[in-house]
Amino acid sequence: MTLIPTASQTVGPFFNLALTNKRSLGTLAREGAEGVRIRLGFRVLDGDGAPTPGDSMIELWQADARGRYAHALDPRAGEADPNFYGFGRLETNAEGECVFETVKPGHVADGRGGMQAPHINVAVFARGLLRQLYTRVYFEGEPANAQDPVLVLVPEDRRVTLLARPVAVQPNEWFIQIRLQGEAETVFFDV
Amino acid sequence: MNEYPRVPAGSQPEYAYEAYRSTARRAPAQPLIRLPHTLSELTGPVYGHNPIGPTDNDLTNHFAQPPQGERIVVAGRVLDEDGRGVPHALVEVWQTNAAGRYRHSRDNHPAPLDPNFLGAGRAITDEAGNYRFVTIKPGAYPWRNHHNAWRPAHIHFSLFGPAFLTRLVTQMYFPGDPLMPLDPVLHSIPDPEAQQRLVSQFDLSLTEPEWALGFRFDIVLRGRRATPFEEGGK
Repeated sequence: MTLIPTASQTVGPFFNLALTNKRSLGTLAREGAEGVRIRLGFRVLDGDGAPTPGDSMIELWQADARGRYAHALDPRAGEADPNFYGFGRLETNAEGECVFETVKPGHVADGRGGMQAPHINVAVFARGLLRQLYTRVYFEGEPANAQDPVLVLVPEDRRVTLLARPVAVQPNEWFIQIRLQGEAETVFFDV
Repeated sequence: MNEYPRVPAGSQPEYAYEAYRSTARRAPAQPLIRLPHTLSELTGPVYGHNPIGPTDNDLTNHFAQPPQGERIVVAGRVLDEDGRGVPHALVEVWQTNAAGRYRHSRDNHPAPLDPNFLGAGRAITDEAGNYRFVTIKPGAYPWRNHHNAWRPAHIHFSLFGPAFLTRLVTQMYFPGDPLMPLDPVLHSIPDPEAQQRLVSQFDLSLTEPEWALGFRFDIVLRGRRATPFEEGGK
């Protein structure tokens, strides 16, 4: 028997009722988590450059500080950091923004004998998006970015849309803009 | 690392769908870049940090008094592409009350709020992939997509399967709803059969005598049996 996956439908404007009413999902790293704690801010903008006020949602999935996913498919899952929960979910506020507290992820195997640069997997949901959009956040200035097997698939002039930048005045604070459409449109992936 | 099959053409909505106006400024204009599946895509959150409470799957039981409306049971199985049940999948739902209004500060449809209805619930599938909710039938409501636009009654579903790429948010509809043929959200799915699979079915076996009508809604997440090697060379 082969079944066809159920079709996606938009999350609509009122997902907060069920999905983002628990603010705790903005914190991925508990006290005692290994690695460098970071704050990662997002701003989601539409094709006009206007924020998506309160009706978009960001989900994160990431490896711990040593690149381990707490999931049975990861051969190192048994050693994964017990103080790190790799999933996060927040709605954007009136300015289209949200901020996660997490740790900088480690390098993750690419399954072909190489390593991927530190990155965070992102799914974007919103009113007006009939399916979630997948993208990734990499870190500006990371030497491993140059060899990352996913970044090399992206046209060079668009890679910058996947790079979080350090916020000048705050150490370990990073920021990335998700532009859904238009100028400097974020690179989204077909997974 | 074994990749998941890609989704069949026409079975999922495109991002840009003119009849659903909100896509005009939100759908990406650039083509998506095809990503090989690595551990990052093939792993996903294992649910368990926030335990399900005993009444979380009964939306009629969140207040001392029952909500207004037609009580219903909504149940089904979460399956993979091989038809195997997906155990321990988190299912989250949200919906309007019986009058077609969400309990949300930005819903200004002039229909009454129901003090006894929150309109949100969650459940975990059992070992065979079964889930079950008790709720009330949601109402249709107007929206501003086009002149005299009304959404058919629906329940929003959000599901986590075994991987970040199995994540699914969708909507379940009710059989015979005259608004479905007019709904651009449902019609954003190119394949009419894929549209039809979002329509629940009245099910007498789920119906509880003297109490509630039952509707069946099975959900298929991406994914197949891992590899021929792991199947023991069958």
